[in-house]
Amino acid sequence: MPRRQTTDGAPFHRRAILALIAAGLAATTAPGARAQEEVQILNVSYDPTREFYREYNAWFADWWQAEGNGPLTLRQSHGGSGGQARAVIDGLEATVATLALSADIDAIAARTGKIPEDWQSRLAHNSAPYTSTIVFLVRDGNPKGITDWGDLVAEDVEVITPNPKTSGGARWNFLAAWAWALDAYGGDEARAREYMAELFANVPVLDTGARGATNTFAQRGLGDVLLAWENEAFLALEEQGEDAFDIVVPSISMLAEPPVTVVDGNITSNEQREAAFAYLRQLYSPQAQALAVRHHYRAWDTSEVPQYELDRFPELTRVSIDAFGGWTEAQPRFFGDGGIFDQVYEGR
Amino acid sequence: MATHRFVAPSPLPGFGLSFGLTMAALSAVVLLPIAMLVGRGIALGPAELWGMVNTPRIWTALGLSFRAALIASLVNLVFGLLLAWVLVRYRFPGRRLIDAAVDLPFALPTAVAGIALTALYAPNGAFGQLLPVRVAYAEPGIWLALIFIGLPFVVRSVQPVLEELDPELEEASATLGASRAVTLRRVVLPTLTPALLTGFALALARSVGEYGSVIFIAGNLPFETEIAPLLIVIRLEEYNYDAAAAIGIAMLMISFAMLLALNLIQTWTRRRTGHA
Repeated sequence: MPRRQTTDGAPFHRRAILALIAAGLAATTAPGARAQEEVQILNVSYDPTREFYREYNAWFADWWQAEGNGPLTLRQSHGGSGGQARAVIDGLEATVATLALSADIDAIAARTGKIPEDWQSRLAHNSAPYTSTIVFLVRDGNPKGITDWGDLVAEDVEVITPNPKTSGGARWNFLAAWAWALDAYGGDEARAREYMAELFANVPVLDTGARGATNTFAQRGLGDVLLAWENEAFLALEEQGEDAFDIVVPSISMLAEPPVTVVDGNITSNEQREAAFAYLRQLYSPQAQALAVRHHYRAWDTSEVPQYELDRFPELTRVSIDAFGGWTEAQPRFFGDGGIFDQVYEGR
Repeated sequence: MATHRFVAPSPLPGFGLSFGLTMAALSAVVLLPIAMLVGRGIALGPAELWGMVNTPRIWTALGLSFRAALIASLVNLVFGLLLAWVLVRYRFPGRRLIDAAVDLPFALPTAVAGIALTALYAPNGAFGQLLPVRVAYAEPGIWLALIFIGLPFVVRSVQPVLEELDPELEEASATLGASRAVTLRRVVLPTLTPALLTGFALALARSVGEYGSVIFIAGNLPFETEIAPLLIVIRLEEYNYDAAAAIGIAMLMISFAMLLALNLIQTWTRRRTGHA
């Protein structure tokens, strides 16, 4: 189970504790005067962004103070994207939500009304300040010679991917494979289903989350290829050493757009609203974009990114979720109860 | 005099207060959450519930969950009795340490247990390499995790009874000409049966619903190693709260039937052997 945890950006730890104590005192003595002094932002995010937001929070807090604003406490919470969305629905007081799929934010909007329906048009690029894609992580030297999606259904290949039912990342994996199959078989959906069934016949373990799958592949030594977020694949290289694995970029993959939004219904003051929107808008600033690239995301504005960092991201055809009618259509069709994923599994 | 006062209808003061507090606490943490689950089921109606549960995938998962829990609890029944016996009857260096270690499965976060077991029994793990069959990412892995979390229940139920059991009873049995096996079968085991059953029932109930440790070692493949609690989580991820509740109610009903049966067996053995 993905664990949710709340951490303070390291440099602000003391200040955050003091602020919490102050807020606690204020709450007990003068409940009304609380929001005036200290603006709090709780960023509810998903698993792989932990390191990125820790650095971004430090950068943003400095920027916010440099702009002449009052003190700010930034907290972050991480877990599986779907579980985080449910936590917000059940009352976790997120100021901003930065999740893996727009479907998860749509769910918050639909179930709580705390986010306007047109939230995705409030910020540039479909409210996705950074993007990623799905790539293959293979063992060093690529012993099975895997170059594209077609190689994954060979008989002696084991594929590691998490469960699309419980992992947002795994849904991108599934759709990327599906997009390739549709393209390869000239749009023949029956052939694409056959391909998916063959692919999942090669999957020996379905972890519940992306990090779990990465561990199964990297630590437990299971499988020949891991379908992973590009940023997770780079992270695995960073942690296990460059000579442990190779990254293989397939011919077709998904344009993964992890979206961000302000949870309007949880905003308690104008100052907080201003800070929350600034927090998200500054994600598009050249500095934050460079930070995102350093954490292995693909960025829109690369003016501050050194060339050698950009060279790590080869070009490929990236299919947008819009090709599947957006998440509102794709989610029930592919991953709902009895959807294509269930059919592929039950038809094995 | 004193005994008279004790059997009077309302002898101890504060019954009302303590009973009220007990019920309030029980309601807040046990009865109300279960009532909510059951209430959700009643709102759905039995036909709807049955429709949601009656799919091959759910039956396979329920079968796996209860089968694995049963196997693990049976292993614990034997192994737990043995462990309790060794701890009570023998004195050896490190006994207290082992005695304390028995409680570790209670204290350790189950996820940690699951990850540690997976690391050991994965195909590239220290034990996994040596074993001819696949343990982690297959059904035996689930048994292993459930044996781990269920062990203390049997040991801790049997231990106190075993400590009370006077070795002189066994000696008397021996002097009357009984062999060791007969003494064990006719003297020791009947005394321990109620405690063993209690431990077994607790371990079983605990392992049927276990999620945290199993999820790391199971492999989680539909129709193969997908446990029922994972299906509940999957339904939640689909925001399908009704279907999640339906599986929860199915598990609740099966567990209830099992515990009831165990209780009946316990009452029966108690009456037969005369042991409380």
